[in-house]
Amino acid sequence: MIINHPLLGPRDAQEFTYLGDASLLNRPDWQAEDAAEAFHDYLYLRDNPAGEHRELWYHEQGDRSWLVVTRNTLTHEILKVELARDVAKAAGKAAQ
Amino acid sequence: MRFSALRLFKEALTGHKGWGPQWRDPEPADAYDYVIVGGGGHGLATAYYLAKEFGAARIAVLEKGWIGGGNVGRNTTIIRSNYLLDGNEPFYEFSLKLWENLEQDFNYNAMVSQRGILNLVHTDAQRDAARRRGNAMILNGSDAELLDTDGVRAMYPFLNFDDARFPIKGGLLHRRGGTVRHDAVAWGYARGADMRGVDIIQNCEVTGFRIENGKVLGVETTRGFIGAKKVGVSVAGSSSRVMEKAGMRLPIESHVLQAFVSEGLKPFIDGVITYGAGHFYCSQSDKGGLVFGGDIDMYNTYAQRGNLPVVEDVIESGMALIPALGRARLLRSWGGIMDMSMDGSPFIDKTHIDGLYFNGGWCYGGFKATPASGYCFAHLLKTDRPHETATAYRLDRFMTGHMIDEKGQGAQPNLH
Repeated sequence: MIINHPLLGPRDAQEFTYLGDASLLNRPDWQAEDAAEAFHDYLYLRDNPAGEHRELWYHEQGDRSWLVVTRNTLTHEILKVELARDVAKAAGKAAQ
Repeated sequence: MRFSALRLFKEALTGHKGWGPQWRDPEPADAYDYVIVGGGGHGLATAYYLAKEFGAARIAVLEKGWIGGGNVGRNTTIIRSNYLLDGNEPFYEFSLKLWENLEQDFNYNAMVSQRGILNLVHTDAQRDAARRRGNAMILNGSDAELLDTDGVRAMYPFLNFDDARFPIKGGLLHRRGGTVRHDAVAWGYARGADMRGVDIIQNCEVTGFRIENGKVLGVETTRGFIGAKKVGVSVAGSSSRVMEKAGMRLPIESHVLQAFVSEGLKPFIDGVITYGAGHFYCSQSDKGGLVFGGDIDMYNTYAQRGNLPVVEDVIESGMALIPALGRARLLRSWGGIMDMSMDGSPFIDKTHIDGLYFNGGWCYGGFKATPASGYCFAHLLKTDRPHETATAYRLDRFMTGHMIDEKGQGAQPNLH
């Protein structure tokens, strides 16, 4: 697989390590009343779709950036690559 | 129809005209007591033991494609009982004991071959871990033997013993482990279940569950609605896709594991060898091909095919362990989709929906578990209580903190 890095261009997937579903960016509020349950779901449950999947890849052998890659799990086709930083910022999750 | 030497002799004299189909191809009935979703090894074993050991009647196995076409036909055929943790080892030991009697039990030649599994160690720490695991195995009724370098050399003199980085310092030998003819397991269970009245319905995909007031009433399929008092789902690899139809999210990711076979060679590996310094395991089939595999591909996929980086990694590990491997040509490779669970261990449990039961999360260790998985799932379906060896395989164990994490990797499915 070739991942089209937003800053570096097309890179071999071998340069990356894989973490998992991009929903891991959405850490629950630890002060919420249902925090224990929310963290259980966040940590352990997955949609695991057959088809489009948004997932976190880390460019370990490159610029050490985290990417959100949208990929089809049935065909391995990569549909979209974003910097995880931009995704988190857009969602108001990251510090400036 | 029973298989026997006498029967074979008679058929040989009469032109082998008396062999019939080994199982029927029935139309689905309107309703059953038990519907098993998934005609793989585990599903067929469940139906077999439900009928044979638990005396259940009116059972159907629904299979989307053809039986045995999933992971029971795509694995590296290894059976073993060499786990460390209390939640696992009694279960796998129960499974191995079932394997040991399987062929007599279902009157089918599954070519169960207890040729021994050797886990190599390369460091003092690994030897300590092997000793500890060996003791845990013995405590649970399995067998284990710690070998030193000479002991390993006597078995497999061609291994790369004096590698500068990963010299072989010994190994943990599990003599009762071995290999089985994987397809025959599916066929044997199918035949045994069919003989006891189980309807095996192929080309019948489950498209949904009919659930009312928290109770399952049956399944919607491509061949119409089929009513059921109890539904057991046993579709490892596609568990998330099927259970999603019942509104459930699972602690599972789907990953691909590749496996490889070399061209046929003269016999030189008579057991199963696993490398301790990388992920690589190898045995030799009765046809002479070296059967080997290694890591999963590490990313979510349902594609049943992997990518080249893992091929390279597996072959490198193989070459590091068995330099002679470089002279053999690779005949074929394939991929199977694994339910990778959050702690590397499986589930055999009820769900929150009355009458709906789930079996899955086998990671890449499902094949060896086939008999016990079927037996324990049948036990659960019939009695509503887990079998004594499968009490730990609960769906809520992440909520209660009772994970069964053999490798201590945490909630990172691709590392188990």
